[in-house]
Amino acid sequence: MLNHELINRTLSTAMRTGGEFAEVFVEDKRSSSAVLDDGRVEELTSGRDRGAGIRVVVGDTTGFAHTADLSEAGLSAAAEAAAAAARGGGGGAKVVAVSPIDIERSAPVRIPPEDVAKATKVGLLTLANEAARAQGSAISQVSARYGDSRRRILVANSDGVLAEDDQVRTLFSVSCVASGDTGLQTGRESTGRTVGFELFDEADVEEMGRRSAERAITKLSAQPAPSGAVPVVVGPGGGGVLFHEACGHGLEADLVGKGASVFANRVGEQVASPLVTLIDDGTMAGEWGHFAVDDEGRPAGHNVLIQDGVLTDYMWDQLRARKEGRLSSGNGRRQSYQHLPMVRMTNTYITAGHDDPEAIIADTDSGVYVAQLGGGQVNTATGDFVFGMTEAYLIENGEITDPIREGNLIGNGPEVLTRIDRLGHDFAMGSPGTCGKDGQGVPVGDGTPTLRVTSLTVGGTAA
Amino acid sequence: MPELLDIATRIAGWANDDEQVEAFVVHETETEVRAYEGEVESFTRAESQGVGVRVIVDGKQGYAYAGTLDDTALQETLCEARDNASFAEPDEFNGLAVPDGVEPASLELWSDTVGAFPTENKIALAIELERAALAADTRISGIESAEYIDTAYESAVATSTGITAAARETGCYVSVYTLAEADGETQTGFGFSIGREPGELDPAIAAADAADRATRLLGATKPGSERLTVVFDPWVTAQFLGIVGHTLTGEAVLKGRSMFADRLGDAVANPMVTLVDDATVPAAFTASALDGEGIATRCTPLIVDGELQAFLHNAYSARRAGSSSTGSAVRSGFKSGPSVGAQALTLLPGKQSQADLIAGIDNGFLVQGVSGLHSGVNPVSGDFSTGAEGLRIRNGEVAEPVREVTIASTVQRLLQDVAGIGDDLQWLPMSSAGVSLVVGDVTMSGA
Repeated sequence: MLNHELINRTLSTAMRTGGEFAEVFVEDKRSSSAVLDDGRVEELTSGRDRGAGIRVVVGDTTGFAHTADLSEAGLSAAAEAAAAAARGGGGGAKVVAVSPIDIERSAPVRIPPEDVAKATKVGLLTLANEAARAQGSAISQVSARYGDSRRRILVANSDGVLAEDDQVRTLFSVSCVASGDTGLQTGRESTGRTVGFELFDEADVEEMGRRSAERAITKLSAQPAPSGAVPVVVGPGGGGVLFHEACGHGLEADLVGKGASVFANRVGEQVASPLVTLIDDGTMAGEWGHFAVDDEGRPAGHNVLIQDGVLTDYMWDQLRARKEGRLSSGNGRRQSYQHLPMVRMTNTYITAGHDDPEAIIADTDSGVYVAQLGGGQVNTATGDFVFGMTEAYLIENGEITDPIREGNLIGNGPEVLTRIDRLGHDFAMGSPGTCGKDGQGVPVGDGTPTLRVTSLTVGGTAA
Repeated sequence: MPELLDIATRIAGWANDDEQVEAFVVHETETEVRAYEGEVESFTRAESQGVGVRVIVDGKQGYAYAGTLDDTALQETLCEARDNASFAEPDEFNGLAVPDGVEPASLELWSDTVGAFPTENKIALAIELERAALAADTRISGIESAEYIDTAYESAVATSTGITAAARETGCYVSVYTLAEADGETQTGFGFSIGREPGELDPAIAAADAADRATRLLGATKPGSERLTVVFDPWVTAQFLGIVGHTLTGEAVLKGRSMFADRLGDAVANPMVTLVDDATVPAAFTASALDGEGIATRCTPLIVDGELQAFLHNAYSARRAGSSSTGSAVRSGFKSGPSVGAQALTLLPGKQSQADLIAGIDNGFLVQGVSGLHSGVNPVSGDFSTGAEGLRIRNGEVAEPVREVTIASTVQRLLQDVAGIGDDLQWLPMSSAGVSLVVGDVTMSGA
């Protein structure tokens, strides 16, 4: 993306005023999307955004500047701005020479989305729309969205690291509205992977259309969700969001370092039920949160965070790892070249247990079964977190019965982790997510088997 | 700035006879200073620009963007938008905005002092903010973040249908997140101060608010579940209004995604509720004389004395509804075309202070913060369930803090159940104003 000599000169400029560490992050991202809504293909959008972000670290201060101008002049100006922002005291010339690090690249993209005709992409939308509407006259509205992106990055730093990655992601979603005597209800289905157009070899967009329609129709007869603490069983795949919020964010070293996590100073302690082994794994080829190289030039890692309930480690980026004299765990990510990297999750999952998923439900006298989760939010300092249920049912006498309306569940991370008493053998990854932190969104994946939490507060309105 | 409008006009001028072309061009600079433990943790100087081009040909619409204003990129972007349009399906209501003769409000939203404000002073503000928050209360144990941010934003829209519009605005704010600790328990709070220029910022207020919000939750416990009256703090009300605003857009209404679609003229809220969208109010954080299509913004009363009176429209939804644009085209940057949205929502304030409102409540919950608005609120069905924290209200006074609860109702019922509106209207850093709001019969779920 840039020649080595230009990178070396830019890093040298960035270090000229006494920087201890400098980094150039170059990004070239192309995206395209197509939206069908209200029965017709509404709009196609495509675009390109490229530029470089340069950071310089002096002591505990980071200076950062970015530019869309990738010429020598543009990079040099950004490097000087970043150096000035870090307010280095001046230290004379430093020569920087980068060399490529040897990182195994992910499996090549089989069908680059840019090689696929727009008409083919649009055709998928129409198929999903027709399949959804065929589910019945209750379906009053359908929207479908196709999206792909190709993000090429180059990271070089004053430690001599030079790494590149080429990340292709493809996404498809369908949302339905059903209307009936009880008002309007919605259903959604999405799939996304770090692959090319071959996503659709496995993803059946018509099936997605049907499922999202069924979901909306089912909810027309949903009754108000319970109010209060009950046992909650979460279906396979769905529970990932729960862990993402309950403890994932709290295990990010930047929050831990500021005392803003309930999990600070707890490495080595039993923080969860012995059933729980939590892993964050950026190496999972094809998954939504996958990459070969993170946005700081470190290879993606397979990081065990909780082993059999014992907290083993946090997730690290370059800045926090440097302070601790250790290596980054490959969790330094950023939304774009216009953002500073920070500690972020990749694909976060709970390993499978041994229980029969049906037995978990059968052994639950009364409670709530959550088949599909929405997003969530956590306050890492208190550990309190919420997550939404977008498809859920009552469990009565060990059986899944009536659908219930949407709402949030609330719990406290450290408490909920100890209350997981059943874990199924039916592991699955969940839907693609966008994790927001400090105003930056990055793609993340998650996964779990069926699991039970002995008590979680369901935020419904029924007594 | 004429430069941005020149670029936009040039692109619009490239339109073929049989097509409509709109160009949206932006340029933004931002400075962000984060303080931590008395030092600068990070200093970011950002400058970004880009262009978004919309093409409509034979009723078919396409969009393309580029994060640069290079000459060749402009041409390529137009060609790409044209190509994209050819794959869409026609819609007779597609069409760009046309000048409607409404004069844009005269708003002074730009201050040269932002650009002239010395770096040293920005750093000093962030460090002072952190220091003040730490000093505000002995129980403040740490600062998660303390930052100063300023932005200077310029934009221009030009179309082949005769729109030429340019706008610019500056803004700055300080915000701080505190950690409070007592007896091994941690709580958090935030505070902020916003302005068009740095002189309007008050870090002392931000620090005091952040400390107060965190410390008053110390000792919070999880209560049982019950139905009670809640008082939304202005911050929470503003977030709630944002959801209501979404349901009142022409887009949601026309596409069958609003529970208020067939309710024009109906009493959809308690009679004390009057809700207005008006981006011409200079004090609004999101004040703007022009919308995302270059049409003058204006005051649109949506709900008056509880009765639903209007929906918000951009050019497309207005044409389809047989109505006219309310100047409500909103954009989230140059990477996508305009949609319809509220820009500066506000409730008509009442006459009582928050304390007076609370004095009339025997058993209630003052909600100081909510979480999971994106995951537990469905603006189509109206289901409303969020995490909440705040203080119990007992016998007309605030009492013990509560945490780890949810509050739930529906958007429809919340509007009907409004039982009081405070006099404490304040513009917040979002597209709505906050005011204390009393709502009866809300379910609080806890242990």
